[in-house]
Amino acid sequence: MKVTTEDALHIAQLARLRFSPEELEVLRRQMESLLSHFSQVSELDTTGIPPTSGVLPLVNVMREDIARPSLTVEDVLRNAPDREGDCFRIPAILEEE
Amino acid sequence: MRSPTIGLEVHVQLNTASKMFCGCSVEFGAGPNSRVCPVCLALPGALPVLNRRAVESAFAVALALHCQIQPFSQFHRKNYFYPDLPKGYQISQYDVPFSRNGYLMVETEQSHRRIGIIRVHMEEDTAKMMHGRSITEHAVTSLVDFNRSGVPLLEIVSAPDITSAEEASAYLTELRAILRTLGISSGNMEEGALRCDVNISLDAGTRAEIKNINSFRFVRKALEYEIERQNALLDRGEPVVQETRHFKESSGITVSGRTKEEAEDYRYFPEPDLVPLEITPEWIDTVRQRLPELPEERRRRLHEMGLFPAEAATIANAPELARFFDRTLSVFPHGKEIANWLLSEVSKTLNARNCTIDEIPLRPEGLAELLQLVHRGTISSKIGKTVIAEMLATGKSAGEVVHEKALGQILDPETIRGWVQETLAQNPKEQEAYRLGKDALFGFFVGQAMKRSGGKANPELLNRIVKEELEKQ
Ligand SMILES: [Zn+2]
Repeated sequence: MKVTTEDALHIAQLARLRFSPEELEVLRRQMESLLSHFSQVSELDTTGIPPTSGVLPLVNVMREDIARPSLTVEDVLRNAPDREGDCFRIPAILEEE
Repeated sequence: MRSPTIGLEVHVQLNTASKMFCGCSVEFGAGPNSRVCPVCLALPGALPVLNRRAVESAFAVALALHCQIQPFSQFHRKNYFYPDLPKGYQISQYDVPFSRNGYLMVETEQSHRRIGIIRVHMEEDTAKMMHGRSITEHAVTSLVDFNRSGVPLLEIVSAPDITSAEEASAYLTELRAILRTLGISSGNMEEGALRCDVNISLDAGTRAEIKNINSFRFVRKALEYEIERQNALLDRGEPVVQETRHFKESSGITVSGRTKEEAEDYRYFPEPDLVPLEITPEWIDTVRQRLPELPEERRRRLHEMGLFPAEAATIANAPELARFFDRTLSVFPHGKEIANWLLSEVSKTLNARNCTIDEIPLRPEGLAELLQLVHRGTISSKIGKTVIAEMLATGKSAGEVVHEKALGQILDPETIRGWVQETLAQNPKEQEAYRLGKDALFGFFVGQAMKRSGGKANPELLNRIVKEELEKQ
């Protein structure tokens, strides 16, 4: 299964990752071989088998609407790279103007 | 003038006790990051569990909007990077939303039209970001509060059936009345419980999308501006660009956002951490049976009771007012009279105190007691206004106020006859003139006798007795 350099670049962009052309080429080839490997699945005859997205024999798993205690603010912010007051602080995300 | 084609996409926050997929409380106004747990913060290994009430609230809305609820539904991951989305994806619904193909009847002064609903689906809200606010040395920074992350949302997508800014506004008003009547959302736009994206084109041309408008008034203003802007462009022979625009509240105009360089690629796929929903007719029926009377039916019922359409709408569209009305009606079966008092004296107090009807010291039974006194003629409606003012101020009952202030009308004919006879005896000249044909003096006698009663004689009775006494002479 063919993966073009553009495909690889697009996926890198979606993942917010930057690669050198050499790295990208390695990844492109790896993706290609991965997809080729999995494309064997489509050789199976699935006539009469309904499509499914899960393997668990379960539906309608729900909980009752009851509020429970949350983490403390200190615990929530424990892994924050930076904070201001009780908020996470991150590099500025400017509103689109 | 070109004809506008408008579609609305409304996001509704559900007022459940807990979030969509975790037990954190959904509470407006809590301190930043105080309603957050491993699930809604996306810590590794945390798993979502669906909130039953959120699902059933969603069913209720879909049923009220005449949607078809699908027998099978599931959640998908919508993948994108943004700091308000800790997992890197939003749990939403994609090609199998739980409901589609509904409609909403929308009434404006010019028309009464059916606006299609393409779909209603469930998803989770994102965190709240605050921009460019810093109290430290960092010049520009963004802050994130995850309390809103995972709050249950409904997305309600209308068909592009709306044809004017006024109709868009009427659509939102009706939708909010339904949400409030169902009791599943505050519908409060200022608190962000209702958010609206608008898309609009002229003569089915290229459309522009205006994102995240947060008040009814602004939706209308943004649309009016956008219709004008697109018309002007087309008049000059320039194209309308397909883009996302933002509404500037300060100036009332829309400005171009970044045009999309590439098509969005959300790579939706079924959420493997949640099992599908199998929605049986029995389950739908249980929810259907719990549905309250919806605003449209309620307006019709009140109108048939003799209320003007505007009165019926004011009461029917505000669930707490409607509840109060119905409870009063159950003990005092005269709807029109209840509406008269509710929409004048009581509403005045609500406006003055800026509160809801549940926050004033007047209960439906109390209003009914007062109206009963007026209805039976124990007090005049003018005195009734004094009484209700006192009731609203002190929380006393109508009976207590009437008794304390001795405001009751006098209904005893002999007492009234006494006042009439005294009046006639003191005015022999006027009596003579009346006998000679000066009919206008009748009103004079009534007025004099009423004065003697301290304004408390029942007017009809007084009239009758004055007539009787004059004929005796
Ligand atoms: Zn949580």
